[in-house]
Amino acid sequence: MADAHAKPNHDYHLVDPSIWPLVGAISAFALFGGGVMAMHDMGWWLAALGMVGVLYTMFVWWKDVVHEAHKGDHTPVVALHLRYGMILFIASEVMFFVAWFWAYFNAAIYPTSFVGGTWPPEGIQTFDPWHLPFINTLILLLSGTTVTWAHHALLEGDRKGLIQGLWCTVILGALFTAVQVYEYSHAAFGFTDGIYASTFFMATGFHGFHVLVGTIFLIVCLARAYQGHFKPEQHFGFEAAAWYWHFVDVVWLFLFMVIYIGGHGAGVAHH
Amino acid sequence: MAYGETAHAGHDDHAKPSFVRRWLMSTNHKDIGTLYLIFAIVAGMIGGALSVMMRMELAEPGIQIFTHLAINPVTGQPDLDRARQIFNVFISAHGLIMIFFMVMPALIGGFGNWFVPLMIGAPDMAFPRMNNISFWLLVPALGLLVMSMFVGEGPGGGWTIYPPLAVLGNSSTPGGDASIDLAIFALHVAGISSILGAINFITTILNMRAPGMTLHKMPLFVWSVLVTVFLLLLALPVLAGAITMLLTDRNFGTHFFDAQGGGDPILFQHLFWFFGHPEVYILILPGFGIISQVVSTFSKKPVFGYLGMAYAMVGIGVIGFVVWAHHMFTVGMNVDTQAYFVAATLVIAVPTGIKIFSWIATMWGGSIEFKTPMLFALGMIFLFTVGGVTGVILANASVDQSMHDTYYVVAHFHYTMSMGALFSMFAGFYYWVGKMWGVQYNEFLGKLHFWISFIGVNLIFFPQHFLGMAGMPRRIPDYNDVYQGWNHVSSMGAYLSYAGAILFLIIIVEAFMRKRKVADNPWGEGATTLEWTLSSPPPFHQFNDLPRIK
Repeated sequence: MADAHAKPNHDYHLVDPSIWPLVGAISAFALFGGGVMAMHDMGWWLAALGMVGVLYTMFVWWKDVVHEAHKGDHTPVVALHLRYGMILFIASEVMFFVAWFWAYFNAAIYPTSFVGGTWPPEGIQTFDPWHLPFINTLILLLSGTTVTWAHHALLEGDRKGLIQGLWCTVILGALFTAVQVYEYSHAAFGFTDGIYASTFFMATGFHGFHVLVGTIFLIVCLARAYQGHFKPEQHFGFEAAAWYWHFVDVVWLFLFMVIYIGGHGAGVAHH
Repeated sequence: MAYGETAHAGHDDHAKPSFVRRWLMSTNHKDIGTLYLIFAIVAGMIGGALSVMMRMELAEPGIQIFTHLAINPVTGQPDLDRARQIFNVFISAHGLIMIFFMVMPALIGGFGNWFVPLMIGAPDMAFPRMNNISFWLLVPALGLLVMSMFVGEGPGGGWTIYPPLAVLGNSSTPGGDASIDLAIFALHVAGISSILGAINFITTILNMRAPGMTLHKMPLFVWSVLVTVFLLLLALPVLAGAITMLLTDRNFGTHFFDAQGGGDPILFQHLFWFFGHPEVYILILPGFGIISQVVSTFSKKPVFGYLGMAYAMVGIGVIGFVVWAHHMFTVGMNVDTQAYFVAATLVIAVPTGIKIFSWIATMWGGSIEFKTPMLFALGMIFLFTVGGVTGVILANASVDQSMHDTYYVVAHFHYTMSMGALFSMFAGFYYWVGKMWGVQYNEFLGKLHFWISFIGVNLIFFPQHFLGMAGMPRRIPDYNDVYQGWNHVSSMGAYLSYAGAILFLIIIVEAFMRKRKVADNPWGEGATTLEWTLSSPPPFHQFNDLPRIK
């Protein structure tokens, strides 16, 4: 068969050995083990250390990926792999949200006698969907258009337009998070106030976390755009961020329709 | 070491990496596959030892073994409640270790990593570096799970960790019971590992097949892995959501599963089994793939009904997502829902029957050679059929009202898992060990291993059908005297089976000590897949020139 030392006659990327997987796994051990310690009031230090390790691993790992991209390792077929990888990752994220929607529907479609047999439960003042949640919907939809603007600018080789579009998207993402924090702080129900609060805060909270991750992803793209990393013919990092952003957007539309509009009762809290 | 003859040392930095670079920093699918296999063997010995302890306890009525683990430090007397709890902790750990740290790492991580790229004619996986973190995350995951056994009361709710049991006993204070939290995080980390692995396999199989290898020419083992990893990708995140809810219920005051806050403990069962049922197909499908390769090789015939075999697995995978509540017939579901889940579950017998009958038809008229891998494959077909038939019985909601949570269920799923998955794992191991490491196993010892295992597992689990029919409940360390006879037989089988497992370790050591050379294709004309065109062991990087499939 082919010699091990022969130059490969294919376009696949045989990655050099890397210590980051091991560093990442050790960090994950610290993060999760430390997380249990933190939950049992034994201090946050190990979880914090693990978090730093995980973030460090992500940083250096993806730095290597960017470096490899510049080296030309991302041939068309490898770029296709990356696309598949991102789509499949988003598919698994969709299934993660299925769990939260399932919990919500389980409680909302057949309200138990404990919550008064109605949904939203008796005594729960829900948010007016056409108030801040609607504004947030508009913010996210708008950010979906600005990221498309950035993409088209990128395809035209217009770096200035790319940067402007990305700035708008990042600002809108941050604005969404700010509005969400404001909304949470004005909720008429507390985090531990029963099943409505559980499903509401965990579903919208995990979405909010994904917005935060997506915003960071876009900020990384912005920094890379300033450094001129993206070319009209090769810019998968940007596309992955845009796909992720659209995914987060669509999840929000479902949350808005199901939890905010579908689940809002007569007793609406006014701001 | 294993690559010494073929790796051409000194020509490039891949040829002879240092120990650290090779084993701690690997981006090579074969080395990572080897790491997975070592990990699975270690975890399997731990999980097996736990089950032997349980069978020792169950050999006689009364509680006599676990009392030794539950001595009250103040009185010096055994604490019976504590002993019962420790027994249940062993049950939880046995289940979780065997599923997440033995079967999945061996079949998907081990054989999948080794042979998916080889069989599709690819030089490596699509994401070689991510492949390595999939492996390394399993180590902290197992660490967290083992820690959970030793912290507080330990997780005593079984591998299903149902609330309210899994929420009780928690106090978020220093010294409060953190065991379930550790088990939950173990599942989170193992889940991340599997999802990353699933992404890697799907991308590899869909994009890296050699020129000319269409999906309909792909070996059935690769098909089986493809279906399996799709199930992983779509099912595991739902478990992640469910156990995150459990975690926040325990520690942060949510009420997802707490009826006192309007929540619903049954919700957890739905979420869990929406993951859990695909999970049991995740455990067995790669085994189906291995059996197809082995049966075809040793019958010297192509697999009968190749396309039907491939799409039967697709069918099993798809239907596997819509049958989950047959695990929950006794929770008080309405009768219409039960009727649906009975019908959907029975439908699965159709594609499964296609597999069984096609294996038989593959052997039919073949020139069969009864080498060790073939023995394990035949054993698997026979025993899996027994488990499948009891599965059809249990699928009936009315029957399950009586059978639920008895030893009949334990017998059923061990016939599919302990014999289906484990026997296909052994079949795969003996089939490929020469290819992987260039050393051949001892045929006599291999056959001895088969017979010990075959007799052993049947002794353990066949009597459990009788115990279950007679009403013996599972997950209880003590039982009525009337159950003593068959329990005693069952325990004898457990000791014999574990002796078989130790023999398996000896066989590995013997093979590496004797270093019997292996030809590129030791199995002859029946072995037609691409891995047999390579040297044994294959070069460090194979297929620098991609093979072309006609």
